Amino acid sequence: MATMVTSTKTITKKTTGGGSKFPGPNGNGSKRNGNEYREPDRDANRYRIGMWVALASIAMMFTALSSAYIVRAGSSNDWQALSMPRLLILSTGLILVSSAAIETARRKLKATLSSEYSRWLLITAALGLAFLVSQFLAWRQLVRQGIYVSSNPHSSFFYLLTATHAVHLFGGLLALSFLWFRSRRPVHTKIETAKRQAGADAVTIYWHFMDALWIYLFLLLFLWR
Amino acid sequence: MGRVLAVIIWTLTLLSVLLFISKKWWFPAAISEHAPALDRQFMITLVVVGISFTAAQIGLGWMVWKYGDTGKAGDRAVYTHGSNRLEVLWTVITAVIFIVLAVMGQSVWASLRLNNAPPGSYSVEVVAQQFQWNFHYAGKDKVFGRTDPKLIDDGALNFIGIDESDPNAKDDAVTSALAIPVNRPVELRLRSKDVIHNFWVPQLRFKQDLVPGMEIKVHFTANKVGKYELACAELCGQLHFKMRAYMLVLPEDELQSLEALSQEQFVARMTELLNKYQLPTY
Amino acid sequence: MSAVHEGVHRHPAPTGFIRKYIFSVDHKVIGIQYIILALAAVLVGMIMSLLMRLNLSWPGTSWKILETLFPTGAPGGVMTPEFYLSLVTMHGTIMVFFVLTTAPQGGFGNYFLPIQIGAEDMAFPVLNMMSFWVTFVGFIVILLAIVIEGNQTAGEWLSFLGPSFVGGSGTVGPIGGWTGYAPLSALGKVAGPGQGAGMNLWIISIAIFCVGSLLGALNFITTLLNMRTKGMSLMRMPLTCWAWFTTAVLALLSFPVLLGGGILLLLDRIAGTSFFIPGGLYVSGLLSGSNPNFPLHTGGSPILWQHLFWFFGHPEVYIAILPGMGATSHILATFARKPVFGYRAMVFAIFAIGLLGFFVWGHHMFISGMSPYSAVAFSILTLSIGVPSAVKTFNWLGTLWGARIRFTTAMLFALGFVSLFVAGGISGLILGQSSLDLAMHDTYIVTGHFHLVMGVASIFGMFAALYFWFPKMFGRYLGEGIGKFHFWVTFIGVYAIFMPMHVMGIAGMPRRYSQFTEYEFLKGLHPLVLFVSVAAIITISVQFLFYFNVIWSLFKGKKAGDNPWEATTLEWNTSSPPPHDNFAGILPTVYRGPYEFAVPGAPNDYMMQTDVGSEEISDNGHNGHKH
Repeated sequence: MATMVTSTKTITKKTTGGGSKFPGPNGNGSKRNGNEYREPDRDANRYRIGMWVALASIAMMFTALSSAYIVRAGSSNDWQALSMPRLLILSTGLILVSSAAIETARRKLKATLSSEYSRWLLITAALGLAFLVSQFLAWRQLVRQGIYVSSNPHSSFFYLLTATHAVHLFGGLLALSFLWFRSRRPVHTKIETAKRQAGADAVTIYWHFMDALWIYLFLLLFLWR
Repeated sequence: MGRVLAVIIWTLTLLSVLLFISKKWWFPAAISEHAPALDRQFMITLVVVGISFTAAQIGLGWMVWKYGDTGKAGDRAVYTHGSNRLEVLWTVITAVIFIVLAVMGQSVWASLRLNNAPPGSYSVEVVAQQFQWNFHYAGKDKVFGRTDPKLIDDGALNFIGIDESDPNAKDDAVTSALAIPVNRPVELRLRSKDVIHNFWVPQLRFKQDLVPGMEIKVHFTANKVGKYELACAELCGQLHFKMRAYMLVLPEDELQSLEALSQEQFVARMTELLNKYQLPTY
Repeated sequence: MSAVHEGVHRHPAPTGFIRKYIFSVDHKVIGIQYIILALAAVLVGMIMSLLMRLNLSWPGTSWKILETLFPTGAPGGVMTPEFYLSLVTMHGTIMVFFVLTTAPQGGFGNYFLPIQIGAEDMAFPVLNMMSFWVTFVGFIVILLAIVIEGNQTAGEWLSFLGPSFVGGSGTVGPIGGWTGYAPLSALGKVAGPGQGAGMNLWIISIAIFCVGSLLGALNFITTLLNMRTKGMSLMRMPLTCWAWFTTAVLALLSFPVLLGGGILLLLDRIAGTSFFIPGGLYVSGLLSGSNPNFPLHTGGSPILWQHLFWFFGHPEVYIAILPGMGATSHILATFARKPVFGYRAMVFAIFAIGLLGFFVWGHHMFISGMSPYSAVAFSILTLSIGVPSAVKTFNWLGTLWGARIRFTTAMLFALGFVSLFVAGGISGLILGQSSLDLAMHDTYIVTGHFHLVMGVASIFGMFAALYFWFPKMFGRYLGEGIGKFHFWVTFIGVYAIFMPMHVMGIAGMPRRYSQFTEYEFLKGLHPLVLFVSVAAIITISVQFLFYFNVIWSLFKGKKAGDNPWEATTLEWNTSSPPPHDNFAGILPTVYRGPYEFAVPGAPNDYMMQTDVGSEEISDNGHNGHKH
């Protein structure tokens, strides 16, 4: 391994001072450069990587809220868990099907069936919108029963967790719209194809995450209690 | 330039060390049983800290003193990327010292916090509020009268909500000063009416937060009679700096006779005792 | 003009003032914007600390300027206790978030990470722009808190949002400290002045800041993983990049927790929930639930806030210091004309600090009422985190051993960083022990400790970075003469300010006291209080010389070439300042490690990362070299 080195040779410098001569950005005599290192697929990968990174932070926030939930449940005896509004079973069904829809969209794009890709994006968006409507209806139902965000710690968390999830899902809807508008334009170059696939992959990962998150929250709110 | 920097670093180091060694501004004299062990652990840590601090600054100064650019053409630094052996050596040595310190640093904590107050302890309920302290004494029956937040009325001077209809409350007293016995374990039951406060007497070497919604039990033993200042040590609002109370450490007989008194007599006797004992000189 | 290569050149150079300098997606412009934000924020924070020192040293004095600006908070020019506490709160908040979490990472990191890894920009330039402007909005909101609480008329501006949004108390913001412990922070105005609109705006500002920070972290991580140029393996990256990367991971995983906690706190304040507020409270003569000013709360846990806050708060302090450590390693090697000693160990130490940083938050809560058993675990873990920090210090000294040091201003600040980091970090050995915390919690020894590491060492890292990279960013040197004077006064000044605080804490001086006049045991400390204030006044004054130097040097500084320091990393391969896409269309290829100084047999005492060279390719010494 590395050991101490003392240099005893006298070196004659080719250049003196700073800021004057130095080898060019390509290194001495090399014709190859870093540009060729950047291929379309590797470049487009950033959207997938970025999405996983973003999901890590979203997961952390829900972890923090979950731990607050668990601590709060144990911190006093005023915890009165809501009974599960039946509408939420519909919500769960809708989001599960929407996951299947976006996965279908993604695969259609991979098979270069771009008009079907667009169509399945729309179906996913419609299902996502239906999910949000079902959430809103469930909240309205609870409000009619006199259960508000401050009624009870469990109801506080119910509203908070479902609302936070809904906000993130709405973000997913915006991303879907963006993908759909993009899908109307034809692709010409390799880089555009790679980017389009990467975008679809990234939004799909996000969507599946929202689905899994919903299942998790559902279980936390109504199974763990 | 390097030499100037070295001298300044060494001077600052020397002055810093002198500041500590002089003990001109230091802990006040301790009055609790666990304090000698705490102070000893502090000194051991301070010696490790002092040696590490001084050695590092001397080393840094030495490097900048000795290894300035000579300006001679062709005179280069030593080309080395490091030494794995050194890395292992100084990592292990540092880890051993730090872990040993850490483990040693648990013993006072364990003796005070990992067990309950021993039987026969003298119990006082402490209820803090913005911006005063309330001390609730159980009286001769050693049972605390019931309290209820709904009964609190600062205007009517029922600061902690004593339920007068509870027979156990008959011999209770509530004052704004703390009286505890010398050489007997004391159990404090810490509560708060509004926000987080912190019970702190510097001479006791002892602190604990008072958290609303919780009753926290802590214990210690004071071993020197006298009067001491009690300060709030957790930001609780604008008069946090003024939330002072006095703690009296009394001989057992004085405390017993105090305990037997009713509320009005208790308060009056407290005032007498607060005048009788003086704060330590600083 | 640039060779448009597929997948390389993604956006053309902008035209027009707005696209070039205001809403720019160029990471270099965004980096400078972050630095400017930090320079503005630190000015506000410094003035606040000056006011605090004046109040502590000469309590009861009438200050004319306060009477004019804050007649309610300082009637007759005399600071009220709540005014002082609001200064404490806002000083801490502004410094920790808008200075220490912007310039080191968002400022220098944004500017130099892409260049140092050989990329033409960040992975997501538009997101990058958004992260700055979101942070900027957060800063505006915190400034709004000052105005809305400080001024009676402005205090009514947000009252339409509800009673908890009323301000005008005369303070400069909330009074609960930057840590905002509940229930004081959750109860609203019933718990004290400044706790109305000011506190709500504080929470909203921090929440916005969290989002901006997360967007930035996302960019840093993705860029580093995806866009390193050919030959730039992870172990050939400069230590600055490792530091920025780890800092971004810490931010990614800790800021969401603060955001979650902040949302819960806001709900407690405006939606009547009880996450942090227990039942049975009696505040300011009102029982919980008895009065519209004090709605009913039950069952919440104040300690829960502390857990959520400090789970973020501890990684946050490493976010504040790691970039400075990276810059120090980088600058020490450059001006020592030697490779970094123990590059691999340094990388592991950065990881260890980052990882362990997530497991020690309980050392802020030893006496909080949490389980005393967890205190034992946190205490031992806390002292363990001292080990990688010590390893870094040894390696810095090793880098200097056998060196040929060039004492530029940047180097002086980097050396100062080492000295101050040791001074500040070493008291962690005291504070990390649960037993000793029984005496030391909430005293000035804590204040001395964290100011030395965060408020000084971290700042020295930023100064070093600015003196080092100014020529690259602006094509001119940041005045070395004034710079050296700035260094000497600041270095001595900060020791004078913060060393005495340690003994003040040992003698018992509590934190967050607006005056020390009420206790006998504090009276003997007044000479130290005065000494610290005088040192602070001198040190703060010389910072204005620094500001002057920055502005003057931008226009009149000595011109600098592409590699004025004879450094080795990729940013010194390109022009000063770099072109829009950093490398004029041709991305560099990397052949060697980042700190190849004094290589035997090389023509110069430094070899750039792009040098192919005629002797054996060196790769941090691992491929062997003749000796």
